[in-house]
Amino acid sequence: MTRNKPWLAPLLSVLFFALFVGVWYLATSTTAAPVAGPAVDPEYAALLGAEAATGGQSAMPGPGEVAAKIWEHVLDPFYDRGTNDKGLGIQIGYSIARVLAGYLLAALVAIPLGFLIGMSPLVYKALDPFIQILKPISPLAWMPLALYTIKDSGISAIFVIFICSLWPMLVNTAFGVASVRREWLNVARTLEVKPIRRAFLVILPAAAPTILTGMRISIGIAWLVIVAAEMLVGGTGIGYFVWNEWNNLSITNIITAILLIGLVGMLLDHLLAWVARAISWRE
Amino acid sequence: MTQPFLKIEGLKRQFPQAGQPNPDPVFEDVHFGIERGQFVCVLGHSGCGKTTILNILAGLDEATAGHVIMDGREVRGPSLDRGVVFQSHALMPWLSALKNVEFAVRSRHPEWTREQVRAHAVKYLEMVHLGHAIDKKPAELSGGMKQRVGIARAFSIEPKMLLLDEPFGALDALTRGSIQSELIGIVEATKQTVFMITHDVDEAILLADRIVLMTNGPRAKIAEIVVNPMPRPRDRETLHQQPEFYPLRNHLVDFLVKRSRAFAPGADWDPKNPPLVYPGAPARAAA
Repeated sequence: MTRNKPWLAPLLSVLFFALFVGVWYLATSTTAAPVAGPAVDPEYAALLGAEAATGGQSAMPGPGEVAAKIWEHVLDPFYDRGTNDKGLGIQIGYSIARVLAGYLLAALVAIPLGFLIGMSPLVYKALDPFIQILKPISPLAWMPLALYTIKDSGISAIFVIFICSLWPMLVNTAFGVASVRREWLNVARTLEVKPIRRAFLVILPAAAPTILTGMRISIGIAWLVIVAAEMLVGGTGIGYFVWNEWNNLSITNIITAILLIGLVGMLLDHLLAWVARAISWRE
Repeated sequence: MTQPFLKIEGLKRQFPQAGQPNPDPVFEDVHFGIERGQFVCVLGHSGCGKTTILNILAGLDEATAGHVIMDGREVRGPSLDRGVVFQSHALMPWLSALKNVEFAVRSRHPEWTREQVRAHAVKYLEMVHLGHAIDKKPAELSGGMKQRVGIARAFSIEPKMLLLDEPFGALDALTRGSIQSELIGIVEATKQTVFMITHDVDEAILLADRIVLMTNGPRAKIAEIVVNPMPRPRDRETLHQQPEFYPLRNHLVDFLVKRSRAFAPGADWDPKNPPLVYPGAPARAAA
């Protein structure tokens, strides 16, 4: 049925979106109903500042306000008005840079090490207990240790990304390398292929799809972790932005940031999926 | 006495089994020789260790006892001197047909230029009539075409000896027939020495000069070596009209269905010198 109507799924998506926005609009507009008389004593409002002056109205914005805020950020994503007031573009840029730095470092360590583990059952057995214990540790648990030893919050955040991206890539590379088809290795043996050439021309392409699966899992985890890490270390980044706007009670900004986090996460995943497709092979 | 090109002496292979210090060997006391330019087939049922013998010749497996001498040197480990066509073609699926063959050519001739390697690989792919499909990935090729690439790859390194492990086992009869004819053509052109495993009687008659008959495992042995009386090159279309064909075929089928199971060596049977038999030879004399 869907084969004949390719527009059906997108149409449903639009419908669901409209439904969601409608419910959201109704839920946030009811509290804005006019109330008789001043809701808040003006003196009390003066003491508490602008938020209290809105009276009984919820801080939860409606879809219109969020859309306006998103548009505002789209128009000016890279402004910089001091430490606590930078554009979303700058903040997300910091986050992406940290994720990529930690992630690439992890790839540089995990792929060669995974190769070694996958090629040698001895190394695999020797390192397995360490991997088993280290892998389930929440990357944020490393944060205090990183802050103490590295003494730099920015690098500590990168270290946390490094440690959380490491395991899926390491385990997948080792698995991919260890399960390279015996017959391809036999072909290489009968052709007297030298170890380096065998590693790059036989084992690497054979294991590449499995390695890429690990890399895709890793980038997903890294992007999950960076928000929490930046909330802890502060300063810059989308995670810090979210926390800062929570302190400002600017829910519109928080929702905008949440959407942006989702969008960038999706792009990163698609990028890796595209690479995975490019190097995958079919039998 | 001159030594044959390839000499197998007292070959035996045991596979370790849990809780058995001395398990039954798959085969033992296997002796035979192959002359240069000869096409030799091993015929036997599954489990008699045919593939194991081939793997030992290839250097991919090690014998428990005995040794293999090729061209005056003992076989130790794999070598470019012995090309292998694997049962499951073993092409690398991420490389095109051409790149698969080029990989082998480059292994043999690392000093060659890109153009030389390519030209050499194309030449062998054309020999198996795949000139039109050189840029296809294995996934885009049929089973027969994949096996042709495997054959081109093995021939392209111009080995002293070619080892074929039931290369046509998974193919349909028509495809098998045409690839067999191609194989005959290349073998005639290159004077290649070939050792091939099969369980197909007609394939053995068509291709082999000598047919080594193995009894069933475990403890498989060479019962006898049948000499194909029909001269080369043999043609699948006229083969069955020759007077020797049916006596030879009957002899082989008879062995497979009866004697391979209950092989009782006579008093004069010597494993070091398995008897040569000439079924069908009298038929030619009579004709």
